[in-house]
Parts: sequence; structure tokens; C-alpha cells
Amino acid sequence: MPEGRTQVTQDEDRRDTRIADVIKERAPGERDEAAAETVFRLDDVHVHYGSFRALRGVTLDIGRNQITAFIGPSGCGKSTLIRCLNRMNDLIPGARVEGKIEYHGQDLYGDGVDPVEVRRRIGMVFQKPNPFPKSIYENIAFGPRVIGMQPASMDDLVERSLRGAAVWDEVKDKLKQNALSLSGGQQQRLCIARAIAVSPDVILMDEPCSALDPASTARIEDLMEELKRDYTIVIVTHNMQQAARVSDKTAFFTAEAAPGTGDRTGLLVEYDQTDAIFTHPADKRTEDYVTGRFG
Amino acid sequence: MSAVTDALAPAALRRGASRSSAKIALDIAFSVVLFVGTIVGVIALATLIWTILDSGWARLWADPAAFLGNYVSRLPARAGIKAALVGSAYLMVLTAVICFPLGVGAAVYLEEFAPRNRVTNFVEANIANLAGVPSVVYGLLGLGIFARFLRLGPSLLAGALTLAVMSLPVIIVAGREAIRAVPDSVRLGAYALGATKWQTVRRQVLPAAMPGTLTGTILALSRAIGETAPLLVIGLPIVIFSLPNDLRDPVSALPLLIFDWTSRPQHAFAEAAAAASIILLALLLAMNAVAIFLRNRYTIRW
Amino acid sequence: MATTPPELSITRRRARTGERLIVNALFLCAVLSLAVTVGIIAVLLVDTVEFFRDSSLWGFLTGTVWAPGQGAGTDGLYGVWPLINGTLMIGVGSIVVGLPLGLLTAIYLSEYASSRVRGTLKPTLEILAGIPTVVVGFFALQFITPDLLRPIFGEDRVFIFNAAAGSIAVGLMILPIIASISEDAMRAVPSSLREAAFGLGSTKRQVSLRVVVPAALSGISASVILAFSRAVGETMAVTIAAGNSPKMTLNYFESIQTLTASIAQTVNGEVASGTVRYNALFALGITLFLITLVMNLISARIVRRYRQVYS
Repeated sequence: MPEGRTQVTQDEDRRDTRIADVIKERAPGERDEAAAETVFRLDDVHVHYGSFRALRGVTLDIGRNQITAFIGPSGCGKSTLIRCLNRMNDLIPGARVEGKIEYHGQDLYGDGVDPVEVRRRIGMVFQKPNPFPKSIYENIAFGPRVIGMQPASMDDLVERSLRGAAVWDEVKDKLKQNALSLSGGQQQRLCIARAIAVSPDVILMDEPCSALDPASTARIEDLMEELKRDYTIVIVTHNMQQAARVSDKTAFFTAEAAPGTGDRTGLLVEYDQTDAIFTHPADKRTEDYVTGRFG
Repeated sequence: MSAVTDALAPAALRRGASRSSAKIALDIAFSVVLFVGTIVGVIALATLIWTILDSGWARLWADPAAFLGNYVSRLPARAGIKAALVGSAYLMVLTAVICFPLGVGAAVYLEEFAPRNRVTNFVEANIANLAGVPSVVYGLLGLGIFARFLRLGPSLLAGALTLAVMSLPVIIVAGREAIRAVPDSVRLGAYALGATKWQTVRRQVLPAAMPGTLTGTILALSRAIGETAPLLVIGLPIVIFSLPNDLRDPVSALPLLIFDWTSRPQHAFAEAAAAASIILLALLLAMNAVAIFLRNRYTIRW
Repeated sequence: MATTPPELSITRRRARTGERLIVNALFLCAVLSLAVTVGIIAVLLVDTVEFFRDSSLWGFLTGTVWAPGQGAGTDGLYGVWPLINGTLMIGVGSIVVGLPLGLLTAIYLSEYASSRVRGTLKPTLEILAGIPTVVVGFFALQFITPDLLRPIFGEDRVFIFNAAAGSIAVGLMILPIIASISEDAMRAVPSSLREAAFGLGSTKRQVSLRVVVPAALSGISASVILAFSRAVGETMAVTIAAGNSPKMTLNYFESIQTLTASIAQTVNGEVASGTVRYNALFALGITLFLITLVMNLISARIVRRYRQVYS
């Protein structure tokens, strides 16, 4: 962030800032323009819930140590797609994935793939913070324990994770307190700390800030900048300014009604560097969406 | 102010204008009937408690040590509830030990692991039916299988097994409700970290469901403690002059004793029955108080 | 990339046989309930078959005298109708007592009472429900008959053991069932229905009786059937209060015997296994089991059918 701006001014500005200005603020080189190593390769992915086709024909790559944003109106399959990346869709009865999703070259849905191992490496933060009804310490320690990590010092691991989620200073004196007593923003950062405690490779975030107030949102967005140094991040967001602020690449989705039934099937419209999507999108639908907010 | 409003309002809107006096009388009469109908139940309960206390209080406090410490006797003045009280206590503990793990296990399986198919539906319907089977039929089950077929005789073990089988459906239902009350977001959070289903259930869901499950279990056990019919049918003794040392020893129970004393013509035995009822009710009150305390103190407010 | 580093491999399966065993154990717990039902049916059937080897099925189903023999032989009359008669008398009588009181209480709690009153009344109902049946039986014998029925109806008319006292006792026990299930059903009626009626100028009485109760009728009926089933299965209070005289009568002031009381009376004395008297227990048991099973199924079906209406 350019110097001389106080936190309060930054928050205020966030509310009024236009996307184009945001793009200009980010110094070149802050965005990873160079080709990054591919973490996920999606090839013609379709997702069905029973007979309903939720998503069709998605092809894209997700790069390492980058923040990739999925944006688009409601109901166009963004959450569905992100849940495919860590096989959380398996938990929904009737969910079916066609096409290929490769994770570091391995077929995510291949035979012999253990969904539990997948989720160990690809973590998730949910829309509504969902800490366990236990102490803050136990929330963090749960993950390492169940996956069989045997850290030399659990206390250190807990501290590192809480620091990594920028919430250590606020909770260090009350680690034994129930996590449900924290504020919404703190709970969400706790959930991020919980996710990074198991040393994942990727962190998926499904609208992580939509249930939070602007100040908490701002803190988590700052956090994402730091997190991307160690993790690959994919974020679903309804907030275009957020996508413009934090992400390196953006994918825009929309939904089309299937002929006859009226069921809306999601599809990927455009996927490019964030600058490009917001300042000179190739597709008219993208342009309509990103400019629609400002009339 | 209201006089002005009344004067300005059209006649039809004025309070009471559209209600005939007959209608109003009916409304009032109905309210009275409702109140009386409700009160009758309360009065009945109060009368019942009063009857018990009136008959038994003096008997209980005349010589409480003897009443609690004596075995039964032909002479009502010397009769005591020792064997019955201890027997009920042993039965309760053993019943709990048997049916709590089995009931919670069934509840966990049905809520978390069972596939949604016809077999599962059938098992669930079966459990619902078992909850409605009369206790005396459970007694026949106990008699036929535990006492006779397994040759356990009228013993502590047979009695506890019978009461456990009878309480099982109630505990399963309580456990399932408590597990269902745990929000899915907790499970999803655990799965997303790479936990397996059992790890999630064991370390997150079950602990969160424990207060509700325990409350339901204690309530089920308190009902079992007041049951006479199953124990009567198995043949647990009323006249017994020793305490059980072994699972296969015969054992008596408080409700059995109350039944026996109530059935005797002598007034003094009626007093003794009332006194024993006071003890039984006090025991139930204590158990319910514990259950309610647990529920209020430890239930998680999501 | 050429090969996947091992720390990113997603195929390594952690050994989880322990979990498989645990889930199997849990499955067995759930299936245990099936074993219980099988056990009940088996136990009841086996000895019932024995019973009908010695005593005629026809006599059982049509006979109007229940007088078990005292000897070990096959003497004695085993017509089940007096017991069915007694059971029905108590069943109907307890509904006559419990339904109006329970329903009025439910309407009061649901439509009229403040939350403070509800807060005191509901626990009271639960306490009433929790009184052990022997204690209620004691109350019937020591108060209901001598201090209520006999003063009102006369000592020569009211037997010491009588069906009326039994009905009142069981009625008090099923009152909480009817009250609480009916109240739940009434509270589940959407308030929009009430508001519509109030908006048309109805009084609380009219809304309760003409809108809420009809709308909640399925829940109320289910509660009545459930309560009836419970009354049929009730043993101790009836045995103590209503006596042990199996007979065909409609006089509520006489003593009678129900199916359950007959079982209780038989086991109270010494009865050797294998005798007709012993096997008769199981014939009665299977009759009881069938009656309550049918009632519970009907009740569940009613609840299921009408739950869709407001879901």
C-alpha cells in the first residue's frame, strides 16, 4: 500500500474506490505476470446434481502462489466449481463431475485417490465462519492431530498458525476460551489459521468475507496478500472490488438457461489476468458485468 | 382522548359494537372452561402429592433409619425398604451401563453412517414401534429370554437387561436428536481439514451432542426406575433379606415393594407404601434435576 | 512437471481398518433393535403356540369366561373377552377423562396462556407424566375411590376396586400425552390462519375452536390414538385400582380385569413354566402387542399423512 495512508482512510476509500483506480494503484510486478507453475488444470469440466447440470465446459489453469478469483452473478456455479477442487462436492448426494481435473499432474477424481488426502492438501474456508465449539487452541490443534502430524511442539504450531492468520495478538491470552466467543472477523481468521495449521498446498475460499463487516474484510484481504507467498489461493467472491484488489487472475462466470427446461447452467465466459478482465475484457458479457455496478 | 376517538369513529368500529352479548358470554364461558380444564390436571397432581405426603410423611420420619435400613417384615411397623432401595440403585446403574453405549452407538450409526435406503427406514420404523410397546410385554421378553432361556433367573442381570432393552428406543431417539442438532457447518469444517468421517464424529459431533444425549438418557433411566411391570413379570422377589453380591443374585426393587404394600389390606402397610413412594419420588426428582441442570449448563447455543 | 513430489501425492491411503471395524460395531448396535423385535415376537409366539396346543384357539377368541385353572392340567377357561372388555373399559374411560382435560389444557397453553403461565404449566404436566404408575395406583386406591367416587356415588354402588377409579388414574397419566402433542400440533398451525380470522372480526374462542383445532386435528387425533395405546398397555395403576375380576360388564363401578392386570396377577403368584397358566401369559402378551402395534402404526400414518399439509 502506498505510504502515508492511515488504516481508517484506507477503509473509507475502499468503500468509494472505483475499480479502475484500484488497478492503477497496484504497482507492476506485484501481480505475477510471468507464467507460474500450474497447480490445477481443468479440462472441459461439467458438474451435475442428479439430472440438473450446474456447470458446463470449464477449462482453465490455476497457478501456484497466485490468487485466482471466480466472479459472476449468483447461481452460475462458482461455488460448485470450487467445491470440486477439494472434492467437497462428493458429500452432496447425486453430485457428479465429468471432465478432467488435474492436481499437480494427478487426476483428482482418478481411481485410488483418497478424498481425505485431497482435503488435507487443499483446504477450505467457508462463507460463514464455522469454528468448532471448543477452545481456540483445540480448534487449531484438531487438524494436525487427526491427520497424524506429530509436531515437536503443538503449542508452537498453534502459535505459528494463529500468527500466520494475523490473529495471534488478539487471542494469545485466551487460547483456552471457547472459539464461539470471538467476533465474526476473528472467527474467520481463526478458521484460516485452522486451515493453515495442516500445512496445505492450496487454500480455497468460498466468499470468505461476505458475512463480515468492512473492517474485518479489509484485514482478511491484507492477509491474503501474505498468504499467497506460501499457498495457492482460489477465492469465490461476489465483490468485484475485492477481486480487483487481491487477485492475480480472474475467471468470470455466467449462467444460461437450458433450452426447454429453464434450468440455469453455469459456464466460464472469460479467464485472464485481473487487469485485463477489469480494464479491457474480451467478451461483452464480462464487460457488462464489470461495468454494470457503476452504471 | 378515547372519548373523542369514540365519538369520531363510525358506529361499527366502536368496541363491542359488533359483538352481541350472547357472543361475549360464550367467550367468557369458554375461557372459564379452559381455565378449569387446565386447573383440574394441576389440582389432581397436587392432590396426589398431598395424599402421598399425608399418608407417608409421619411413617417416614417416625424412624427414618429403620425405614431405610430394615428389610421387609410381616409387621408393618418394622418393615423397611433397604433391599428394595439398594436393588433399585443397582438396577439403575447396571441398566445405564448396558443401554447407554448401545443406544448411543445406534444413534450415531443411524444419523451419521447409515445410507438412506429401505433397510435404514425399516430399522428406524422398528425403533419407533419399540418405543410404544407396553412395559409388561418387555417383561414377558425378559421372562422368556433372559430369565428362562438364558437361565439367568430372576436376577439383577436379567432385570437390568430387561430395563435396558426397554429404555433403548428412548435413548436412541434422544441421541439422534442431539446429533442432528449439531450444525452441518461443524462437520464440513472438519472434513475440509482432511478428517475422516469417524474422526469428525468422534472428536466434534459426539462431544457436542453429549449434553443433549445425557439429558435424554437420565430421563429415560428415571422412567425405568419407576417401572414395576417388567420386574414383576420376570419374577424379581419382594421378600428378600440380603443385598446382591453378584450379577446373578436376586434383587428387589422399590416400585415392586410399593406395589406389594399397596395391595395389602392393613392401613399400616398403606402408610409404609406412601412413605416408600416419597422416597421414590424424591429419587426421581433428583434425577430430573440433574438432567435439567446438565441441559441448561452444557447445551451449546450455536 | 515431471513427477509429483510425495508430499503432494493424493493417493497414499492412510490405513483405516480400525475405522471400518468401528463402523461395523455401530451398525450392530443399530441392528440390535431388530433383534429385540424378533426376540419379542419369538418369545410371544413360541409359548402362545404351546398354549393353543392345550387350550383351544376358538375358545380363546370367543369365550366369555376367563378362569385359569389352578392345577397343572389343562382345566380352566381361557376365553379372552372379559379381559378385552376390561381393557376397553379402561381405554375408553381414560380417554373420556384425559381427552377433554388434555385438549382444554392444550388450547389454553397454545392460544391463551402467557409465556409465564406456560413456563409453570408445562413443567407441571411433565411432572404429572413422570409419576410412576404404582404411585398413581396407590392414589387411586387411597383417594379416588374412598374420597371421591364413594362419597359421590355411594358406598354400596362403588366397589373398592372399580373400573372408574382405574379410568381416572390412567386418564391422569395420559393427560400429559394428549396435552403436549396436541399443543405442539396447535402451535404448528401457521399464525397467518389465525390472523386472517382475527382480521375478519373473530374472537379468540372462535379462532381457537373453528380455525386452530380443526387445522391441528391430525396431530390431536394422533395424540389420542397414542394415548389410547398407552392406556391399553398400562399395568400397575389398573391392577391396583380396578381389581382382578375378569367379567363381561359395562358397570364402571364394578371391579374388572384387563389384559395387563391378568398378566400381573398370574406372575404375582407362583407359576411353573410349561403349564397352561404360564403359556396363557404369552397369549395375552401377543394380544396386547398386536393391539398396541396397530394403534401405533395408525397414529404414525396419521402424522405422516398430514405433516405434508403445513410443511
